[in-house]
This record gives sequence, C-alpha cells and structure tokens, in this order.
Amino acid sequence: MATSEQFRICQTTGLRVYQKTENLIKANAVVAVVFLAIGGLFGLTVALTRWKAVHLLPADWFYLALTAHGLDVLVVWIVFFEVAVLYFASSVILGCRIATPRWAWAGFVLMLVGALITNVAVLMGKSSVMFTSYVPLKAEPSFYLGIILFAVGALIAVFVFFGTLVVAKQEKTYEGSVPLVTYGATVAAVIAVFTLASGAIILVPTFLWSIGYVSHIDTLMYRTIWWGFGHSSQQINVAAHITIWYMIAAVVLGAKPLSEKVSRGAFLLYILFLQLASAHHLLVDPGISSEWKVFNTSYAIYLAVLGSMIHGLTVPGQIEAVQREKGYNNGLFEWLRKCPWGNPAFSGMFISLVLFGFVGGISGVVMGVEQINIIIHNTIYVPGHFHATVVAGTTLAFMAVTYLLIPLIFRREIMFPRMAKLQPYVFGLGVSGISMFMMGAGTLGVPRRHWDISQADAVLPYDFPGVANLLMGLNGMSALIAGLGGAMFVIVTVGSVFFGKKIEDTGAAVAPSTVDEYGSAEHAKVPGTLVLVGIFFVSFILYFFVNWKYLAEVWPLR
Amino acid sequence: MSVTPPKERIWWNEPVPKSELAWVIIAFVWGLVMFFAMVFWHMYGEQNLSNEAYRITAEQYSAKTEAMVEKYQVREESGYPVVHPPEGEDIYLIARLWQWWPILELEKGKSYRLHLSSLDWMHGFSLQPVNINVQVHPDYEMVMTIKPTTTGEFGIVCNEYCGIGHHQMLGRMYVVDNGGS
Ligand code: HEM
Ligand SMILES: [Cu+2]
Ligand SMILES: [Cu+2]
Repeated sequence: MATSEQFRICQTTGLRVYQKTENLIKANAVVAVVFLAIGGLFGLTVALTRWKAVHLLPADWFYLALTAHGLDVLVVWIVFFEVAVLYFASSVILGCRIATPRWAWAGFVLMLVGALITNVAVLMGKSSVMFTSYVPLKAEPSFYLGIILFAVGALIAVFVFFGTLVVAKQEKTYEGSVPLVTYGATVAAVIAVFTLASGAIILVPTFLWSIGYVSHIDTLMYRTIWWGFGHSSQQINVAAHITIWYMIAAVVLGAKPLSEKVSRGAFLLYILFLQLASAHHLLVDPGISSEWKVFNTSYAIYLAVLGSMIHGLTVPGQIEAVQREKGYNNGLFEWLRKCPWGNPAFSGMFISLVLFGFVGGISGVVMGVEQINIIIHNTIYVPGHFHATVVAGTTLAFMAVTYLLIPLIFRREIMFPRMAKLQPYVFGLGVSGISMFMMGAGTLGVPRRHWDISQADAVLPYDFPGVANLLMGLNGMSALIAGLGGAMFVIVTVGSVFFGKKIEDTGAAVAPSTVDEYGSAEHAKVPGTLVLVGIFFVSFILYFFVNWKYLAEVWPLR
Repeated sequence: MSVTPPKERIWWNEPVPKSELAWVIIAFVWGLVMFFAMVFWHMYGEQNLSNEAYRITAEQYSAKTEAMVEKYQVREESGYPVVHPPEGEDIYLIARLWQWWPILELEKGKSYRLHLSSLDWMHGFSLQPVNINVQVHPDYEMVMTIKPTTTGEFGIVCNEYCGIGHHQMLGRMYVVDNGGS
C-alpha cells in the first residue's frame, strides 16, 4: 500500500526515519513541552503559596492552580510525550512506516482538544476538584468530557503503535526479536490499554452524573476504580522512562543489555503485577479487608518491585560494562567518572536513575506497606514521594531523551549548549529538594492539598511544629530552583526546535554508537555497579525498618 | 544494543551473568521479607487498621453521634460540645463541611471504639501530632479501637481536599490522665 512512503536515512545512526512519523513525533513532543511549561508554572505558584512567608495565591486560586498543575503535568505533558516515544520506539527504531498516520493525527487532535477543554473548565474556576476529581466533589461536565476525549485520543495512539509493530513484522524491517527499547515501549502500551479502560469505566459514569443522568456514585467504588486508572498510568510512566534509560545508554554509549533475558523478564513483571498496586491508595479506606490490602499493595509479594530492582542493576551495569570495554578499567569507579557528564542526555538519564531509585522507589515501597501507610496517607509526604518518581524519574528522563530527539528528529543543533549542559543538574537539584522537603514535612503530619497549615482563621486551630514551616519554606526555595531548571529546558528546546541551526544529513550530533557482538554478557564484570546496588540495598533496608519503628510509637489501634 | 534486535536470535537461552542472578535472588528474598513483615505486624504489632465497617446513612450516623453527646457531654468550648465517655465506650466523630464534631476527651491508657463517617463529602482524618491518618467516606462507618498513650491537646486536621473550606476544617481531641473530672 504505502511502501513508497518518503523516508530518509539518518547519517549518524543509520536509522530509517519516515517523514510522516517524524511529523507526528514533532507535533506530540512540542505540545507536550508547552503543557510542561504551563503546568510547571502552576506548580511553582503552588509551592510558593505553601511557603508561609510568601503565601502567594488566595485560597480559591490555590486550589485551582493545584488542579491545573496536576492535570497539565501529570496527564497532558507526560502522555503527549509518551505518544512521541511510542512512535519513536516503533516506527523509527524498527525502521518502518507508521501504521494509519491519519488515525494517529486524529488521536493527536482529540488529545489536544480534550486537554484544552479541561483546562478551560479548570480556569473558569468551577472545577477545582483536583486531578483525582473524587465524587461527590463536582466539576463542570466539560471537565470530565475533556479528560475522556483525551483518553480516547491516547488510546488511538496506542493502537497506532501496535499497528506499526504489525507493519514492521509483515514488511520484515527487522530480524529476530524486536529491540529491547521497542519491547519496553510495548510493555508500556499494554499497560496503557488496561489503564485507559479503567479510566473510561469510571469517568464516563462520572460525566453522566455531572449532567444529571446518574444520581449517585459510591465514593469507595470511585476511589477503587479511579486508582485502577490513576495508578496504572504511573506504571506506564515507569515502563516508558526505564525504556528511555536503556535507549540513552545505547545511543550515547553503545551499551548493550547485560542479559536480554533478565531485562525483558523484568519488564514482563510489570505487565503481570503492576496493576495490583492501585491498592496502595486504599490502605486506610473503610470496608476493605486486610488480606486484600496486603496481597495487592505488595504487588503479589513485591514481584513488580523486583522488576524495578533488576533494572536498577542492569541499567548502570550495562553502562559499566561498555565503559570498561572502552578501557576505563581502573579501580571501582573510573568507568563512572569517565562517563559523558557534559552530555545532558546522559547526565539527565543518570540523575533520573539515581533519584528514581533512591528517593522515589524506596519511599514508594515503604509508604505502600499496609500499616506504615497510616502515618503517611494524604500527608505532603505523598507529593514528596511522587515528585521523585514522576518528576525526577519520568520527567527528567523525558527531558534527557529530548536532547537526542532534537538532532535526530527535528534535525536542529542544540542551541545554548552550555545551558543545556547545566540543565539536568539544576532541575535535578531542585526536584530533589522539593521531594525531600515535602517528605520531611509529611512525617510531621503536614497535609497535602492544603492552602494554609497555620490555620489562622479556624475555630479550633492547631499549630504544626516550627520545623514543618521551615521545611515548607525550603520546599518553596527548591521549587524556584526546579522552576529555573524547567525554564532552562523550555528555552533550550523551543530555541533549538524553532531557531536552531539546521542539520543537513551530513553532520553528526548524536554520539556514534559502538555496536558489535551481542554476548559480552558472559565476560562483563560490573563490580562498581554491585557496590552502588549494595549501597542502595542497605539504604532500603534501613529506611524500611526505621519507618516500622516510627509506626510502633503511634497510639495502638486495631 | 537496546535499540537493535538482539544479536543472538535465541537470546532466551543465553546464560545469565552470576552477579545478575544473585541480585535477582536477593531482591526476591527481600520482597518476601517485606511481605511477611506486614503479616507479622498483623499478628504481633499494635498498629493495625481495623477492617470493621458498615454502610450507614448520614441521618443514622448523626443520630448516633448526637445520642453520645447527649449522654457524655461535660462542657462546651468554642461552640463545640466536649464529651468525656467512659472506657470501652463507642465514640463517634462526625466529619462534615467543614468541621470535626464534637470534641472528644479521652483518658490515657484506656481503649475506645472510635467511629468515623462523613455526612457529606470525603474527608481525611489526620490526628496530630500523633500522625494517624484515615480516609473518611460518606455512607461508610468505620470502627477502630484506639488507645491513647500520650496526653494533651491534639489537632484533627482534614487531609482530603473537600472544597474551599478544606484548610479551615479542624477539630480537637483531648487526652487526660486518670479521670480528668
Ligand atoms: C517546577 C516544578 C514543580 C514544582 C515546583 C512542583 C511543586 C508541587 C507542589 C508544591 C505540589 C503541591 C503539594 C500539595 O499541596 O498537595 C505539587 C503537586 C503535584 N505535582 Fe508538582 N511540581 C513540579 C513539577 C511537577 C511535574 C513535572 C509533575 C508531573 C510530571 C508534577 C506532578 C504533581 C502532581 C500530580 C501533584 C498533585 C496534585 C494534587 O494533589 O492534586 N509536578 N507539585
Ligand atoms: Cu474535610
Ligand atoms: Cu478537607
């Protein structure tokens, strides 16, 4: 049918890039970055409001901004970018044309229209219900409608991805099994189907309820199904950003998986077990049995956590292996020191890996323990945790890969290279700050989604310890740093994409890769990585038991 | 490379490096430890959330609460009744837009059956600075046995967003040593 479609061969990577794919990736990535900028700005105003000395916004604007922040960054930015990643991991990596480009554009338009509709609903002021929109808080009908349209658009994109895999298989554009990166993206896509189905099951009745066709929605049922959607979408993010870690390690350094079998197996665990984890949002809800909670919150004996812990070894391990192959063999860590730290794609990826594992991963598992959740649920510890996963982990990984996409897909040189070089460090520093200070304040009981913890005008005021206010102030300062890092990213990407020097198909901007035989696995020794993983493991154990000790100091309850 | 098909077509037969295998086993065992920690705490730990819950209507729940207030009120404070129920008694706390009602006064070292429900939207029971956090739903009545071990004045913060008055939704609880009357 369309085998004569236009494509070019990338001179540096040898990848075959189809015109239609390229345009779709460009459109999705650009819209994503625009929403990151808008949503990030809202996040900054939220953080500055929670800084007592600044207390920027009035209450109604605070709740509006918080709703817009959650939606625009967590949903719109991330999903648009993921669509770009899916198209890249199928059409570009496999070197085949994209299936049904018209449908892909239809999906894009639906997502964009949906995002705009919901944003307008929020900005009008009557839909400050947070992105979770728990009933019986009621938003304007258009709020739900926008999200539904967005989800339908995303679902179309997922099917275009599957279609493209089929095309590649039929037209034999690759041999053997799909590359690991495509495999990881497929895992993300499979989870996405489940996720979007849950979203439809809960949001369609809620929309009908908002226009009066459904009279009552049970709150517990809502929370259970909503988190089937809300939590699983985080698993899409994890699968997507880990895929990107592998991709960056491969493209920048030429790294190979230590063992295809182990890495793929780890991804597979996500499909099998991640969905269960929506339970960890329900640990302190009434009417759910402890047996159900314990089994589900642990993803069936922590098998999905096992998946992530495996990637935590294999990603740095493959970097060590390839660096040692290049001769950086001195001591435990020469390979690490000699990594391209000045390349924002690499540094962003590595900071994402470290913060996701140490901060986001450990805190997530610990707060998901059935009983420990009692001392953490709905405190600001929760946003602290997920800024380490979804901002330091996912967002920073997406930023890092953008530095590869700009030369490869947009065919522009990176503008302001020095700013680009610094950007992952600045953003990483700011995000570590917001994550850890919010986590700290949460252990002191500071609530999330709360305009004023000094509660000056409450009838029965309660004073939080002074340290809590200090931590929220430090959080505000870190937010400024993170905001700066975000702005640097937007300036570099927008600048490069629209005004960067065009790359003709001769120049090289992506570092050359050193592909050779698969099978270094048997010889690869990765002692440095084992030490890093050991440090991680000890921190994990300590933090786990420290929190049990905190719990044991709380009033007995049963 | 991760961006190219595996060189070895039969990649699933490749041997797994020892270090990777060891880590997989360690991580798996750690998962078991974490899993059984929860089970262990159910058997020997003192902080486990109750599974006891009932369906209830707002009218029924506020009737029960008012009956308790009637029976055990000892004084009034800022317009709130303060109730001091005896040990082992069923005590009720109403969550509604935007207050926790009434003020409970408990005794240190004694157990009570605390009931929680909302009359309207979802709220978040957050007892400070003890830091016990429980989701409060309308139409569900949750019952748990609590035993205060520290005395003083405690704040009840709402930590589930419940509309524009959310940050003003504060309650209070007192814990006194042996009697207090
Ligand atoms: C400049 C960067 C950012 C700053 C300063 C920031 C700051 C904050 C703060 C202070 C909160 C409010 C916590 C509360 O009061 O409950 C928050 C909530 C949140 N943030 Fe961010 N954030 C940033 C970037 C992001 C990004 C990139 C994402 C997603 C990828 C994200 C996702 C969220 C979500 C989902 C919430 C929860 C909203 C809710 O509770 O409904 N943030 N953020
Ligand atoms: Cu409330
Ligand atoms: Cu509230």
